[in-house]
Amino acid sequence: MSDIAALLVNITERFSETVPAIDFAFGEITLVVAKEQLLGVATILRDEFLFNQLIDVCGVDYLHYGLSEWETTTATTNGFERGRDTRAIEDANKTENLHSKSRFAVVYHFLSLTQNYRIRVRVLLDENDLTIPTLVDLWPSANWFEREAFDLFGIIFEAHPDLRRILTDYGFIGHPFRKDFPLIGNVEVRYDAALKRVVYEPVSIQPRILEPKVIRHDNRYETGEQ
Amino acid sequence: MEKLPEIRNYTFNFGPQHPAAHGVLRLILEVDGETILRADPHVGLLHRATEKLAESKPYNQSIGYMDRLDYVSMMCNEHGYVLAIEKLLGIEAPVRAQYIRVMFDEITRILNHLLWLGAHGLDVGAMSMFLYCFREREELLDCYEAVCGTRMHATYYRPGGVYRDLPAKMPLYKASRWHTDKEVAELNENRQGSLLDFIWDFTERFPKRVDEYETLLTDNRIWKQRTVDIGVVSPERAIALGFTGPMLRGSGVEWDLRKKQPYEVYDKLDFAIPIGKTGDCYDRYLVRVEEMRQSNHIIRQCIEWLRNNPGPVILGNNKVAPPKRVDMKEDMESLIHHFKLATEGYCLPVGEAYAAIEHPKGEFGVYLVSDGANKPYRLKIRAAGFAHLASLGELVHGHMLADVVTILSSLDIVFGEIDR
Repeated sequence: MSDIAALLVNITERFSETVPAIDFAFGEITLVVAKEQLLGVATILRDEFLFNQLIDVCGVDYLHYGLSEWETTTATTNGFERGRDTRAIEDANKTENLHSKSRFAVVYHFLSLTQNYRIRVRVLLDENDLTIPTLVDLWPSANWFEREAFDLFGIIFEAHPDLRRILTDYGFIGHPFRKDFPLIGNVEVRYDAALKRVVYEPVSIQPRILEPKVIRHDNRYETGEQ
Repeated sequence: MEKLPEIRNYTFNFGPQHPAAHGVLRLILEVDGETILRADPHVGLLHRATEKLAESKPYNQSIGYMDRLDYVSMMCNEHGYVLAIEKLLGIEAPVRAQYIRVMFDEITRILNHLLWLGAHGLDVGAMSMFLYCFREREELLDCYEAVCGTRMHATYYRPGGVYRDLPAKMPLYKASRWHTDKEVAELNENRQGSLLDFIWDFTERFPKRVDEYETLLTDNRIWKQRTVDIGVVSPERAIALGFTGPMLRGSGVEWDLRKKQPYEVYDKLDFAIPIGKTGDCYDRYLVRVEEMRQSNHIIRQCIEWLRNNPGPVILGNNKVAPPKRVDMKEDMESLIHHFKLATEGYCLPVGEAYAAIEHPKGEFGVYLVSDGANKPYRLKIRAAGFAHLASLGELVHGHMLADVVTILSSLDIVFGEIDR
């Protein structure tokens, strides 16, 4: 990896007046960009900083960011315990209040094969306006990655040539990677012998978490012919 | 005069259940005679929401899911995930663990390329390749089994090192009603020493085996007719389409994360990056075959180092890595550490990190967002095959129907990682 500090200096020089925030952590540079600026910043990154590959596009849902407990009503009464380090989370909430305003973000990872460095661009999106310009015209590889972010988070990439669902089922309802979408899903499928087709039904299985599983007759331990 | 029959394009389905679909790919093909006009891959039939599942589990419990992404290069997937965690925690594995990881990454690369070569041969019509490739895979899977207990889904890499040191003894075959003592003695001949001796013995033989594959395929007239100038990608287009790994190198772009952004101990090892010239299926075949030879060379260097340098294989930091089993029986502190790790895991500092490795298929990246909890807030897996398959429609345009299968298998796709 070539000198990331030099890139940081150049990036700061070029963008400090236009871009709201430039973070540097864990040896990685992150530009936080407003969605109106995205196309302009991306073009500069491609043409001036020679980021010739768009490696990844992904959505992030910040709905439960920093919450110490995740609420569950079905599996347990008091939810899953997670953030044990509560003080660190409180500090994080103070500093990163960006997330509290915008629920969603689209994160782009760029790589320059000629200069050998990487950069990350994050665009925060308001829950009520999930549109963002597409980058397909600048990097064709954005095509499927943006379809995936649309499918899983419901982010709408404007002027995308082919914005269909990609990973979920035909006719799927909802956006499964949003934090308010249950892990267990909403529907299950089975083959109905009477109707002679596959039918969709509301999920019937109970979340088995924290329910002890009792095994009494385990044939592995029964004596008999090996 | 009788009217000529109306000529129209024909649209049909390829897969999802098809031997050449490499798992579950549904391809909608629009053809004019035998010429492909449009190919629309429908993926997601193997979507298991790995990334969402990981959000509800402590970090270490998701390592096993990584094996199941690209289920023919298991340990490399773990490597990407573990590196992302280590980056956020700010820890580095002991150097012996780094050599073990590199050695198993390269074993995995050979495993992956052997499966690819066998399946590619099968798709193009060279039946016997599959049998030869699986003969060699068997021995490498035995190495997996010796080191972690399972043949495929290893869960061997851990944040801070690897699960355990290399075994000093290889498991032996036992006589049964199917194998006599004499047969078993023959099978056990190269298993008398340690795991390293076994792998060393393999690396002695393997280059000759690759030569055998090449005598079957490289100058084979039918093989060349089927692969030369099929599915050509120019270097510029390969970069724009987000190609990585052998797909990019087949097009003549010299790019390998092991050299360009070295992780672990790759910068101390000697190996070369093979590149292609025209970017067709034949070049991608040649690149992968040469990569197997280079991997063999890397493995030998690792074995030599590992033989002479004993040491710890996981960090002594018990906040991340579990204490030794013996200590747990006698030491209260260790018992508590183990209990906390097994029930709660560990918390990562607030932040986000992207770690990428040179996976056999290309760049395997893991983007991890942590909000300070003991579970990932968001995990995004960047699978190489996803970008490669996205370009399929463009690659097959104008080719014949039979070439679709050749091009598809030359992409080296596995649906575990594409659908996640």
